[in-house]
Amino acid sequence: MGLDIRWPIGLMFTLIGVLLTGYGAVKASDSMSLGININLVWGLVLLAFGVFMLFGAIKGKKNPPAV
Amino acid sequence: MQPILLQWIDYTILIAYVAFVLGIGWALARYMKTSADFLTSARSIPTWVTGLAFISANLGALELVGMAASGAKYGISTAHFYWVGAIPAMIFLAVFMMPFYYGSKARSVPEYLQMRFDNRVMGLNAIAFAVMTLFASGISMNALAKLLNQLLGWNYDFALWICSAVVLLYVLKGGLTSAIYTEVLQFFMIVLGFAPVVYLGLKDIGGWTAMNHSLKTVATNNGFADNAWSSAWQPLIGGPSHNPMGVDIFAMVFGLGFVLSFGYWCTNFLVVQRAMAAKNMTAARNTPIVASIPKMFFPFLVIVPGMIAVVLATMPDKNYRIPPPPIAQEKYAQAIDEVKAATPDTAAAAITGISTTLGAKVDAGKLTSLITDNATAKLTDAQIKTGIYNSIAENDYDGVIFSLVKKYCPAGLLGLALTALLASFMSGMAGNVTAFNTVWTYNLYQAFFVKGKSDTHYFWAGKVTTIAGILLSIACAYFAKQYNNAMDIIQLVFGFVNAPLFATFLLGMFWARTTATGAFFGLFGGIASSAVFHALTIAKGNAPGVKGGYLSVVSTFPSEMAQNFWLASFAFTVCLVLTLVISLATARTKSDADLKGLVYSLTPKTFDSNQPIWQRPAVVGVVLLIVCVIMNWYFW
Repeated sequence: MGLDIRWPIGLMFTLIGVLLTGYGAVKASDSMSLGININLVWGLVLLAFGVFMLFGAIKGKKNPPAV
Repeated sequence: MQPILLQWIDYTILIAYVAFVLGIGWALARYMKTSADFLTSARSIPTWVTGLAFISANLGALELVGMAASGAKYGISTAHFYWVGAIPAMIFLAVFMMPFYYGSKARSVPEYLQMRFDNRVMGLNAIAFAVMTLFASGISMNALAKLLNQLLGWNYDFALWICSAVVLLYVLKGGLTSAIYTEVLQFFMIVLGFAPVVYLGLKDIGGWTAMNHSLKTVATNNGFADNAWSSAWQPLIGGPSHNPMGVDIFAMVFGLGFVLSFGYWCTNFLVVQRAMAAKNMTAARNTPIVASIPKMFFPFLVIVPGMIAVVLATMPDKNYRIPPPPIAQEKYAQAIDEVKAATPDTAAAAITGISTTLGAKVDAGKLTSLITDNATAKLTDAQIKTGIYNSIAENDYDGVIFSLVKKYCPAGLLGLALTALLASFMSGMAGNVTAFNTVWTYNLYQAFFVKGKSDTHYFWAGKVTTIAGILLSIACAYFAKQYNNAMDIIQLVFGFVNAPLFATFLLGMFWARTTATGAFFGLFGGIASSAVFHALTIAKGNAPGVKGGYLSVVSTFPSEMAQNFWLASFAFTVCLVLTLVISLATARTKSDADLKGLVYSLTPKTFDSNQPIWQRPAVVGVVLLIVCVIMNWYFW
């Protein structure tokens, strides 16, 4: 199918990653769990994953796989 | 106990997810031109995508809820559903069976049966499968709606219809591809949404070693040897009375590890359909291989939370209990009034009254001290409510995973975890509906009712079937609302339908002499024998009825799980023997030439030597089996 799934995955996790990181940074006191600012930490993980997927999608667009 | 209040950040994450799945549907809609695009993805999808969809179609939300519950009830032995009950069968599917499914160009598993045998066998399998997928989908949607009702205070009907509508929209737009894509999205949501919960839980109880240490206390408190929760195999070897599952090793290895597992993974079109959508034979064969890698490590994501919960419950300073069955807020309010009205002298009568009000067993000691405390110094309503909550003497293990999410997730992460859960329920429905519409459209509608129409006709039939499938699922959801233990019912249906089925495939694929008549009556006899077996046996502690034994009780099993495993083993054997005997007694209707590509001995072997070594299913399969053996050995 013409749609590379890495686009929606990458975009969605980048978006959620930014949201969570931002929320964790601004509302640090509401983001604590066991003394960790889990929203900030996990938001960054999601962001990294999202960007990784987007990177793959962009690379895939430049070099379409031979079918 | 109180419904969770979501913040705007949680709703934003939820809405973002729904927007993305709908967007995927819309983006794919323009590629949907033929019935094959819509119903089978026109065999176009890369391996890693079909592989993750394969595992995701299996990782329903009920599995998340049920596996955490089992982790709490049975400990690490629950991992047998993965290491014994999944990995070997998935590798067998990849190496031996996919070449026939994919190579025969069948569009579904029932269609393979039609090519190998005849219309009767296909019809029987297609009908059984169609009914089963609708029920699976309905049971899962019912669980979702109930959950949203209890957890977030949403209206049951609203939750059911709105989630079904989202699924309907994206499946109607993008067909199977849409379902597969959202399954992949859901896979990452589940992994990334629940991993922090597991991490925080483990950190809270002091880490892995501390958990295993505390599990010893849990085991001895429940009257078992101290390794009953932390060892996977040793408690099984001791026999049914030495492990909390109440299962013996034969039932585990043959019943679960062979019959149920191979019956599910190798013949269930819901998962096999994902592999059939792959772009070529290698991709199709590697689909279950790719899927088995995350599958092997899922116990740490889905079972460990249950183990964390039982350990937490033994730590008084953590202020945690396994949640009690859900009880309406009004009943709590009424019970609070009863506690307030009671005095230490009337405590005994009040406790009986409170138990009746709540509709649950209560711990008389805890309630008596609550009443005494309230009589000496007036407690607030909230304190009394907590007291009542903690004195309910029943556990609802299905609530374990949410209680942990609630305990550890602040706003934000909570939205992520709940969205992951919602995603998994919805993609479960989408998976079932896409499998249902392919089987209905191609194997029942086209094969028996309206033959020889144009492809456009079947394309539209597929779309109409999607709508009908969703509506029937909703009907099944309302039906399932009547029954409490949905997981048991699913297991039961799998036992009835899937267990004998693998015997049919095994003989059909590997013994050319198997005849259509033999297969049909063997399968029919197998399914019938499951029903009879169920009607005549029961598990210890159950009353005859829906749990079995409704005709008469010939045999009693130590647990329901043991009953299910033995039922499957019995049905498989009946189907195998009947098919063998009837095949030998009837004449073959298909020649060797007809069976080329359908039967192992009559098909040229697939050679993978032109593939790089890491893409050869047999090689990677063996490596994965070795890893699986190591895992079993480690948790011995």
